[in-house]
Amino acid sequence: MARKTSFQNAINEAMLQEMERDERVVVFGEDVVGGSGAPGVLDAWGGVLGVTKGIHARFPDRILDTPISEAAYVGAAAGAAASGLRPVAELMFVDFMGVCFDQILNQAAKFRYMFGGKAVTPMVLRTMFGAGIRAASQHSQALYPMFTHVPGIKVVVPSSAYDAKGLLIQSIRDDDPVIFFEHKALYTLEGDVPEEAYAIPFGEANVVRSGGDVTIVALGRMVGVAQEAAKVLAGEGIEAEIVDPRTTSPLDEETILESIEETGRLVVVDEAGPRCGFAADIAALAAEKAFGDLKAPIRTVTPPHTPVPFSPVLEDAYVPDAAKVAAAVREVTGAAAPAGVA
Amino acid sequence: MALLQLTMPKWGLSMTEGTIVEWLLEEGEQIAAGDQVVEVSTEKIDGAVEAPDAGTLLRRVAAEGETLPVGALLAVVGDPATDAAEVDAFVAEAQASFVPPDADEDAGPATEAVEVDGRRVRILATGPADDDGPPLVLIHGFGGDLDNWRFVIPEWAKERSLIAIDLPGHGGSSKDVGDGRLAVLTGAVLGVLDARGVERAHLVGHSLGGLVATAIAAEHPDRVLSLSLIAPAGLGPEISIEYIDGFVAATSRKQLKPVLAQLFAAEGTVTRELVDEVLRYKRLDGVDAALRAIAGHGFRDGRQADVDPGRLALDDVPALVIWGRQDRVIPAAHAELVPDGVRVELLDDTGHSPHVERAGDVHRLVAAHVLGAVPA
Repeated sequence: MARKTSFQNAINEAMLQEMERDERVVVFGEDVVGGSGAPGVLDAWGGVLGVTKGIHARFPDRILDTPISEAAYVGAAAGAAASGLRPVAELMFVDFMGVCFDQILNQAAKFRYMFGGKAVTPMVLRTMFGAGIRAASQHSQALYPMFTHVPGIKVVVPSSAYDAKGLLIQSIRDDDPVIFFEHKALYTLEGDVPEEAYAIPFGEANVVRSGGDVTIVALGRMVGVAQEAAKVLAGEGIEAEIVDPRTTSPLDEETILESIEETGRLVVVDEAGPRCGFAADIAALAAEKAFGDLKAPIRTVTPPHTPVPFSPVLEDAYVPDAAKVAAAVREVTGAAAPAGVA
Repeated sequence: MALLQLTMPKWGLSMTEGTIVEWLLEEGEQIAAGDQVVEVSTEKIDGAVEAPDAGTLLRRVAAEGETLPVGALLAVVGDPATDAAEVDAFVAEAQASFVPPDADEDAGPATEAVEVDGRRVRILATGPADDDGPPLVLIHGFGGDLDNWRFVIPEWAKERSLIAIDLPGHGGSSKDVGDGRLAVLTGAVLGVLDARGVERAHLVGHSLGGLVATAIAAEHPDRVLSLSLIAPAGLGPEISIEYIDGFVAATSRKQLKPVLAQLFAAEGTVTRELVDEVLRYKRLDGVDAALRAIAGHGFRDGRQADVDPGRLALDDVPALVIWGRQDRVIPAAHAELVPDGVRVELLDDTGHSPHVERAGDVHRLVAAHVLGAVPA
């Protein structure tokens, strides 16, 4: 039965249920137990934001706090996966990828290919990303395009509590390395989530909203931003279709192209930077494969090509919001802005 | 006659509001109880609201395109001689006293879990508080759940107690169906009756649920007061291989939508939300195996394995069979195979889901059948 629960709890539940189902599933990372100095295991923090809380109490031998050495434990995850475990490692902030990228780029991503298909690497690297919580430029980036660029890795960016649980379960069951991106501003978002375990297949976009006037492609937290914009636009008589690819690798090109075929217009909303990014990738896809369907130029709504600012005023200006999305949609549909809207 | 309110119905566990699509009748028109008055769309499915009683449609209160909460006033029905000021006052009073249900607090009747043979069986038990007579027991079809009865439950629940069941492998019940044989499904229903202390019941079954009800009546006629079968399995050999295999195999919205469309006569009955709901069910661990086990045993290669219309020839268990003439899953011609004495009702412009497509007809036919079968 479905009941309302948070994005954060959905992720926690996915790990617990998979650990229950498959004893090869293990969890490690910095402070994922978080019991240091606490009087008992039930007091253990379970990660800086409590996403792994409760796992240590249930599976004390299968969750491990690691030293502050991403190179060591991300490498250990790749090795453990190649030799029979199904590790779920946590990279606290994706901004720290720089110190463990070889383990991902040249090891985990390549094992299957380099060993002629004789090795599998069923590891999941969960990681927090995203701006909007005043965490400054080294803890706020949206770096999924960097991983999407690397063949051999699957990249997941959930936008709802329901998707987070089903996609994380699929990530754990998948035989390839998966980078699972959790937007920190979504952890408290609630939604209907079944108590039972379920898996959402990769490469299957979710049409979050139907509409005939414009296709908005968005990921992660930007799906909610697009929905907010769509509500405003509906009041102006513009019906937006919102497509959430859910995974950037593999990518469900078909659903995106079919939507563009219907609407003839595309706006891509992305929290990652504009250069060589997800928005540019989707825009290129549409330009190459759906040019004949387009009635207007493609628009992308992204942050500028700058670090994420620490100043709250600048950070708010940096992240795409509903007003920017609505403005881009009005531009491609040729609609006038309502009075009072710049 | 007194003035009557026609209100936004509650179709299913999760419905909180509906949108007026189209008025089907004009103000001043005479209506009979059960006439379709207004088309309403919900998150999951569209349907028609029916007149609660005979009278004249005096006032269409809700506008087309308007979205209103469950229970909100849609129209006023009454004596054509009523003067306009009286109707105005009635509308004002109804709207002033209306309290929209809180989406979180009033989710309607709650489901419960019953343990049967180590399996969790989800049920919805509802009905008038003072009714302790034999209940209606509703058994859904292959791949369905108790929410499939969303359009008929509100009406039936006014008249008598009812228990809607999620069969094993379905809805909120355990997904383990063992070898998928019929006995697992009939056992779950009998187990619910035992657990609820129900000695005898009126069974209502759709499709596979019709076969489940028939098998229970044949094996335990002492526990069944009447059978109401809606497009039931078990009467003839054919069943759509496109539907069964398509339903089992579908993993995406795109694959599932055309399959679900086969359930209905009219195009466009299947909404995106309905497809999503079924897809969410299909993704649950164990569902794929359960559906394959049930279909593999009972509906292999477009043939039904368990066929015996003679089971309906029960002296003490009156049976009613309702079928849509445009049924694309199990042919309506199977209705001709029933033994003498079984009442058959064929509905025009109706597919495999009469309880969704013709909820008013199904409500009345079953209610009358059950009433006729009540023991002295």
